[in-house]
Amino acid sequence: MTTIQQIEGENEQHPDVALVERVRAGDISAYDTLVRKYERQIFRIAQHITQNREDAEDVMQDAFLKAYEKLDQFQGNSKFYTWLVRIAVNESLMRLRKRRTGRMVSIDEDLETDEGTVPRDLADWAPDPEQNYTQTELGKILEKTIKGLPPGFKVVFELRDVQGLSTEDTAEALGLSVPAVKSRLLRARLQLRERLSRYFKKKAGSKELASTELRPAK
Amino acid sequence: MTCTEFLAILDDLIDDSIAAQTRAEVELHLKKCGHCEIIFNTTQKTIQIYRCHEIYEMPEDLRDRLHAAIMARCKKGC
Repeated sequence: MTTIQQIEGENEQHPDVALVERVRAGDISAYDTLVRKYERQIFRIAQHITQNREDAEDVMQDAFLKAYEKLDQFQGNSKFYTWLVRIAVNESLMRLRKRRTGRMVSIDEDLETDEGTVPRDLADWAPDPEQNYTQTELGKILEKTIKGLPPGFKVVFELRDVQGLSTEDTAEALGLSVPAVKSRLLRARLQLRERLSRYFKKKAGSKELASTELRPAK
Repeated sequence: MTCTEFLAILDDLIDDSIAAQTRAEVELHLKKCGHCEIIFNTTQKTIQIYRCHEIYEMPEDLRDRLHAAIMARCKKGC
């Protein structure tokens, strides 16, 4: 899959900067390029936080429209994508808050518990365990597994491990400190591993599945 | 190295951002501790599976519809 490419080196200009400059100069086709480049990623972030398809669609539209309206406020010293993610995360949290009748929802909730930091399931996995499931079944397992994580964990995992952002960019996009991103990432990785073990672990002397809810591919 | 110390640097290990000497200590620990080896391998596998199998994929028709709606609003000045 495509990851967000990072441009290294102080003298290299990120290609998004030139696109933003063109939009500011009135070239709307440059914004079309930016939307096309990031719409799938923004949709996924909105889905992770809202857990609702219609909300994610609205968030995606609102985030791009808001970014377009506020493009003059975009500072060239941050990356366009991290700035856009921040808008999308705020829009997603607002949606969630509306649905939960005003209850405060934050990406920075106090999550300082020890839950999920000590691995309990120490069974080894089958080799290439995902081969035991169809694409549809695997998709359902992965969705179900990540759904139970707190929003702050899901988004950090999505940005760092799936989309390939650096820890610093993830922190900037989410308005979190670098240590907070690191702490969430470790917990997310360990909790996902623990939950996936249920489906993927080797069965001693048997090909029986860990779960009866999803059947393996034939 | 203890299992607790290993867990504390698991992320750095996965992200390949540890010093050569620490890496050598980790490798020594993993040779002796089967549980930590499993945790290391299955955590890496977890990341790899999520990276290779996109969830919340947008169907093309939805993508086209939302894209068109965004650009139409932008052209009108939002």
